[in-house]
Amino acid sequence: MTVEPSFATEPMSNGLTLRLNGRWTIGAPGLERNADALLAAARARRAVVLDLSGLEAMDTAGAWLIDRTREAVTKAGGQCALEGGRPEYEILLGAAHYRDFEKPREPHGSPLVTVLTHVGKAVVSVVDDLFAGIAFLGQIITALLRILFKPARLRTTSVVFHLDAFALRALPIIALINFLVGCIVAQQGIFQLQRFGAATFAVDLIGILVLRELAVLLTSIMVAGRSGSAITAEIGAMKMREEIDALRVMGLDPVEVLVVPRFLALLIALPLLTFVADMAAISGGLLVGWIYGGISPEIFLSRLQNAIALNTFLVGLIKAPFMAAAIALISAVEGFAVQGSAESLGKRVTGSVVKSIFMVIVVDGLFAMFFAAIKY
Amino acid sequence: MTDAPPAIAAEPRIAIRVRGLNVGFGARLILRGLDLDVMRGEVLGFVGGSGTGKSVLTRAILGLVKKRAGQIEVFGQDLDALSARERQGVERRCGVLFQQGALFSGLTVLQNVQAPMREYLDLSQPLMDELARLKIAMVGLAPEAADKFPSQLSGGMIKRAALARALALDPDILFLDEPTSGLDPIGAAEFDELIATLQKTLGLTVFMVTHDLGSLYSICDRIAALAECKVIATGTVAQMLDSEHPWVRSYFHGKRARQLTPPSPAP
Repeated sequence: MTVEPSFATEPMSNGLTLRLNGRWTIGAPGLERNADALLAAARARRAVVLDLSGLEAMDTAGAWLIDRTREAVTKAGGQCALEGGRPEYEILLGAAHYRDFEKPREPHGSPLVTVLTHVGKAVVSVVDDLFAGIAFLGQIITALLRILFKPARLRTTSVVFHLDAFALRALPIIALINFLVGCIVAQQGIFQLQRFGAATFAVDLIGILVLRELAVLLTSIMVAGRSGSAITAEIGAMKMREEIDALRVMGLDPVEVLVVPRFLALLIALPLLTFVADMAAISGGLLVGWIYGGISPEIFLSRLQNAIALNTFLVGLIKAPFMAAAIALISAVEGFAVQGSAESLGKRVTGSVVKSIFMVIVVDGLFAMFFAAIKY
Repeated sequence: MTDAPPAIAAEPRIAIRVRGLNVGFGARLILRGLDLDVMRGEVLGFVGGSGTGKSVLTRAILGLVKKRAGQIEVFGQDLDALSARERQGVERRCGVLFQQGALFSGLTVLQNVQAPMREYLDLSQPLMDELARLKIAMVGLAPEAADKFPSQLSGGMIKRAALARALALDPDILFLDEPTSGLDPIGAAEFDELIATLQKTLGLTVFMVTHDLGSLYSICDRIAALAECKVIATGTVAQMLDSEHPWVRSYFHGKRARQLTPPSPAP
């Protein structure tokens, strides 16, 4: 049913008559090409008549393009008349008359300047992040102190709710990945140490590596991806929908209402999850040692007892609350930094996960240096 | 619509035809056996109490919520019988103004208006820019607004920008979900006038969900009232004022309604 827009040219005594045919609508094929041809035909003529009587349909796009031709002729000092149009076309041509939209200015400098600008902005944003993080930590601490002096202010329900989400619901996946990593470390340990006839030392390797580093690191990374992103997305969505502002005008402190419960829940959840991760990884090691390395559970456990002491276990566990604090802090800061658009929410959630994981590894490195220095 | 373009006049006079529509969520039926006709080229005002399913009906016609039973025809084409491709063709002829605007928050107003053009048409970027700026000017937004993001706009500007996007492809049917809610009376009157002008010039069919009695009196050709899960009355303003149905009576003769006088020569 679409008829291509077209026009026929007829010479007049002192100019041209252009008879328009077909459908001059935005969806018609070849609208732009024909409109450009119309403009080219009419340009620089002294007198032009645009005959609209053959038009089948016109919409705002068609009206705009037809009026563009009229405008071009008039501007060049010629005369242009529109004839034969239905009354509603006149209203349409009036509503969609041609006008010059000033071209948006293009803010392009040299590429070098652009690159340097981006680098500079990135550096400044890192410093800003640092200050924002410290300021936010201060807010959380003041909120915690307020709660300490008035424990009724603590939102216990919220803490329990988030504990359920962060700890209980994360349990299966945390246990599973740590079990698998325990298996892998055991397999590699036995395989590599067999050559020296020291396969049973794989137990020492598993015990120390898992308890000191791997379990807490893997759990923290998983929690950063799982719960950190959730915190950022929740707070960010509330920010977008002005819910945070609503809390503020009710005289409630968003940090106290939203951040403190999540902060505390994560602080409790991560050590618990780390303990589960320890157990899961060691059982994975035990299983692989038994099946693949022929180390019976009795031997495994007795070797393990010799290899590790309470401090091996505690080194891992002590790190967990610090990791939790870093994750909660970063995800809350990012959540509050969300602006109006969906794009910014996505960016902030990504940023929150990336920064949390990065901080988790940095904190782990700092602890490694610290424990080495105190020979613990 | 005697002055409608000939190619379109060959199509049926009914733009939207709904028969025996059932829509429900869970155990609750929101719409039960709903019948509705929207004539080509008319402005149909759709009224009903809050939560009676006005938006649900709009969404069902647009295919955004699943219907349990019934038939919906748009331009004489049964939506269930269409292939995905044909359905897209019908959707292209519908422009929708959502209640909250539903502008893409990551795009500027200009890019928002261009989004449907980019998707469906093969136009050059300069022409798309010009047409989008034309639409933005037509809905009464300042040219500077084109390069702003939705989060930088006021409520009224969002409505206008969303209308510009709804009109981007010069649709045949325009769905408006409470277009004047949240606008000041002057802005609302301008908005009504704008819709009336567009409807006259483009031969649009307008399906308007509204609570604004001013819009109902000033631009609606016909009004349909939704209550008890179906359309209980349709007709002109005058017919609605004479209706015996208790809900319609209380709607049009209530305290708020009496403060507004219907147009003296009843259409």
